Amino acid sequence: MAKNQGELTSVLVGRNAMRKKKAKFKSYIFTHPVILGSLLPVVLLSLWEILSRMEVFPSYQLPAPTVILQTIIEMGQEGTLVTHIGITTYRVFAGFILGTVVAVVLGSLVGFYKNAEKLFDPMIQAFRSIPSLAWVPLFILWMGIGESSKITMIAVGVFFPVYLNIVSGILGVDRKLIEVGKMYGLNTIQLIIRIILPASLPSFLVGLRSGLGLGWMFVVAAELMGASQGLGYLLVLGQNTLSPETIIASIILFAIIGKISDWVLKKIEIRSLHWQDRLVK
Amino acid sequence: MSLKLKNVSRTFDGITAVKNFSISAEPGEIIGLLGTSGCGKSTLLRAISGLDNDYDGEISINGNTSKEVDDRTGFIFQEPRLLPWLPVLENVTFGLKGNKETKVQRAKEFLENVGLSGKEQLYPRQLSGGMAQRVAIARALVTSPEILLLDEPFSALDAFTKMQLQDLLLDVWHTYKSTVVLVTHDIDEALYLCDRIVVLRGQPGQIDTEFVIKEERPRQRGGQKLAEYKSEILDRLDLNNTHSYTS
Ligand SMILES: Nc1ncnc2c1ncn2[C@@H]1O[C@H](COP(=O)(O)OP(=O)(O)O)[C@@H](O)[C@H]1O
Ligand SMILES: [Mg+2]
Repeated sequence: MAKNQGELTSVLVGRNAMRKKKAKFKSYIFTHPVILGSLLPVVLLSLWEILSRMEVFPSYQLPAPTVILQTIIEMGQEGTLVTHIGITTYRVFAGFILGTVVAVVLGSLVGFYKNAEKLFDPMIQAFRSIPSLAWVPLFILWMGIGESSKITMIAVGVFFPVYLNIVSGILGVDRKLIEVGKMYGLNTIQLIIRIILPASLPSFLVGLRSGLGLGWMFVVAAELMGASQGLGYLLVLGQNTLSPETIIASIILFAIIGKISDWVLKKIEIRSLHWQDRLVK
Repeated sequence: MSLKLKNVSRTFDGITAVKNFSISAEPGEIIGLLGTSGCGKSTLLRAISGLDNDYDGEISINGNTSKEVDDRTGFIFQEPRLLPWLPVLENVTFGLKGNKETKVQRAKEFLENVGLSGKEQLYPRQLSGGMAQRVAIARALVTSPEILLLDEPFSALDAFTKMQLQDLLLDVWHTYKSTVVLVTHDIDEALYLCDRIVVLRGQPGQIDTEFVIKEERPRQRGGQKLAEYKSEILDRLDLNNTHSYTS
């Protein structure tokens, strides 16, 4: 008897759990971030497609999404798509690395040494007040419209956010933690490696992400100025050949690879900053 | 190691925090600094540690008067000051030298002593305030420092943990005979642990009285002898008369 009862309750519990799971699954479908997040874009895209087909938007100004998609697919089949994406990504990547390396070197010097701060910081701050795009003509004049002027351009854009965040990260390290290191007899180099660097890592990563964002912005500017390849070149091409689908296709590709590169950095950030006590939504 | 302070004063921007403080501690002695907040106890401890070297006067450790940090000195701060990017175990091994295995072995031993075994892989953000302070205590004790400076180390802990850790401190002291300077505002704690209690008063803080506690260890918490000392100290601090409630 007792055994039966036990079985009975266990069956009931099992059923209840199943029901709960189902209910949970249902509500999960509707609140799942991917589904919730793509709701609005899907609706808007459908509307856009319908209105374009009804020729509410003239096709020489705003072609239908399917037309744009077709443009992308055609470029893909021709093989030009890969070339354009490749060259643009290469420029951003090279500029990003160059800007970051210079920022790390100068930023660490300024962060660690008072005299370096006095030497470099006023000048860097002064240069910062120049809108970076204003350099474009000068760089082109100096280096021509080849790769080097473009990459320098992008590096300048990446440099500032990375530099500023490194400096503020290093200067912002909690003095109390440095004292802990001093109590254990760490010398300056050890203090830097074991305390100051890990403590300023969050700030550095913030700098990298905003630097990368600016890198994508600057590659557009650089490629608009004169390029024969790249997504920015597609923008100019679209404008000159009166084909808005090429322009919009390029914009969409920019959005996608920009997002992917940011996602990679974000993953790295989450990996290396898992110790942080952050507000979880 | 012996510790000697001669006429130590410390002034911050024209405001004197500590004035003409002199004591000397024999090797293995436990000295308590007792006083109300703001009378310069932390300031003194930082001067002894070498973290602050803008004081006047002389501090000598084993006859050495250099103002540098001596890495045989351990410091337990008022706050845990754990490194947030390291898990508990690595926080404890932070100051240890030698090969990894023995470091980990020793750290685990001390974590067990402070009641935190099994928490080795947690990060500081996952600890309660009391747990974090216990990790900090383990981190300081694990290096078996020859001079141990403690700045109100147990004030954030509950009464039971506090007593446990006071006993742990005594255990470590028995083994290594460290010279200890303990800052506290808890009279019972000072009476339970110290060979000598220095009462600081005023601003700038100056030595008011010294009590030598001759009671053998282990002492009995709340025992007759300690109660007599306590009453005496309270008298010195003018806290033992009922008038103070009305005035
Ligand atoms: N870094 C500092 N700068 C200026 N004043 C300080 C500093 N540290 C301590 N003081 C002052 O010195 C006095 C003693 O402080 P402290 O030693 O922290 O007291 P306690 O630890 O006994 O509570 C206080 O009046 C405090 O304001
Ligand atoms: Mg204090």
